[in-house]
Amino acid sequence: MVSGLINANPIVYEKKERRVRNEAAVPDEYAVEPIDQLEIFYHIRDIKDPEHPYSLEELKVITEDAIEVDNERSYVRVTFTPTVEHCSMATVIGLCLRVKLMRSLPSRYKMDIRVAPGTHATEAAVNKQLNDKERVAAALENPNLLDMVDECLAPSYA
Amino acid sequence: MELLDGNLELKEIQKLQGHTDRVWSLAWNPATAAADVPKVFASCSGDKTVRIWEESPSTRSWDCKAVLEETHSRTVRSCAWSPSGRLLATASFDATTAIWENVGGDFECVSTLEGHENEVKSVSWNASGSLLATCGRDKTVWIWEVMPGNEFECIQVLQGHTQDVKMVEWHPTMDILFSCSYDNTVKVWWSDDADGDWSCVQTLGESSNGHSSTVWSLAFNAKGDKLVTCSDDLTMKIWEADIIRMQSGDGYAPWNHLCTLSGYHDRTIFSVHWSREGIIASGAADDAVRLFVESKDGSMNGSSYQLLLKKEKAHDMDVNSVQWCPGEKRLLASASDDGTIKIWELGTLP
Repeated sequence: MVSGLINANPIVYEKKERRVRNEAAVPDEYAVEPIDQLEIFYHIRDIKDPEHPYSLEELKVITEDAIEVDNERSYVRVTFTPTVEHCSMATVIGLCLRVKLMRSLPSRYKMDIRVAPGTHATEAAVNKQLNDKERVAAALENPNLLDMVDECLAPSYA
Repeated sequence: MELLDGNLELKEIQKLQGHTDRVWSLAWNPATAAADVPKVFASCSGDKTVRIWEESPSTRSWDCKAVLEETHSRTVRSCAWSPSGRLLATASFDATTAIWENVGGDFECVSTLEGHENEVKSVSWNASGSLLATCGRDKTVWIWEVMPGNEFECIQVLQGHTQDVKMVEWHPTMDILFSCSYDNTVKVWWSDDADGDWSCVQTLGESSNGHSSTVWSLAFNAKGDKLVTCSDDLTMKIWEADIIRMQSGDGYAPWNHLCTLSGYHDRTIFSVHWSREGIIASGAADDAVRLFVESKDGSMNGSSYQLLLKKEKAHDMDVNSVQWCPGEKRLLASASDDGTIKIWELGTLP
């Protein structure tokens, strides 16, 4: 199994400390709360890499700074950095990010997921696939792929 | 009502709920365009079903008359009625195209077309109902001949696109087939004679002023001498051809780029449709529906088009399909990721 890995020796980084958020004394349930970079990061930081038992945060595939949020336009953009330039898991990682955010954010949010410029050999092709919602929908109807995605997402629901 | 007077609004007539997943596409039954016939349309969804909706003549409200289920095992992506309105073709991610017939109020699946290697994305009948075309992620376009007894025979598999083919559409008056693709091009397929081979006679790509990203949809004007395409590149393009020459049997006349509508959309445009009166509707990923018309500017040589109105938040999520109702009233139907279908009427502001 080990010999088949794209990147057998990934660099593992320390996890950022988890800050406890201060809740308001009497939360207004009807207020539309703005979502910030940190909240988006919280949703995706613990997603497991498809190949290694480490999270996307630990492998620095995603960082808080690589997330853009525009609450007024209900828009989110996540830029991720695959560990290796020829990573064939890039589309799977992108899919995991999209699925987790789809399931976690209000449906009005528009999402763009892309690889960090210059970090992947077929960057344009990967980005195009990740942002074609028909391709994403069809991929998620594939039970094997869906199982793989759910496995990667499992640690992020804790 | 003069279109360019600027007093128009798109009024929501009804919101139709029922599908339990995103609605991808809808199609009006052409046989129900007559004034005294209750209007009917079909919608298809990620919930693997197709729903048939009918307007009640007495209450003017729309009800779901039938749910076509237990046939497709995956998303139903597209549907199209035969010109006579007798048959409904449905294209699915399960790689099949089902043909349904209305038998005394119940829809029965009378045929299943297999052959595509993976997801079928679109289906279209030619003007006479003698041919059917399908396309899919396997990069091919299939032409099927409609035979007696609801039999369908594949007469050719057209190769040429280098990527996923998103939509196919026959020309409204001639047997010319158009396909649009993830490879950023629109291809035109033509056969010299009825028994001849079909081949790609033109590709509308970047070098012919074409799109720079996935082309999702295309539509013809009523006369068939103009074509509008829409794309992930955030533009719509209008094309024209010498139809008279083609109709007179003078061989193929190429389509030429007429103009590009850019700056109106900031997210992918999924659907365009041209009404008989010449109003182009667009449905996009920003949840809005937009209407465009040709500008009557006598001083300019070429044509130009302008935005007639923009309906923001037409839906709560992406608009996947917009279709004008055939017939007199200015009715528009839209389908969305939010699982609903809306019926709109274009009218003057009160």
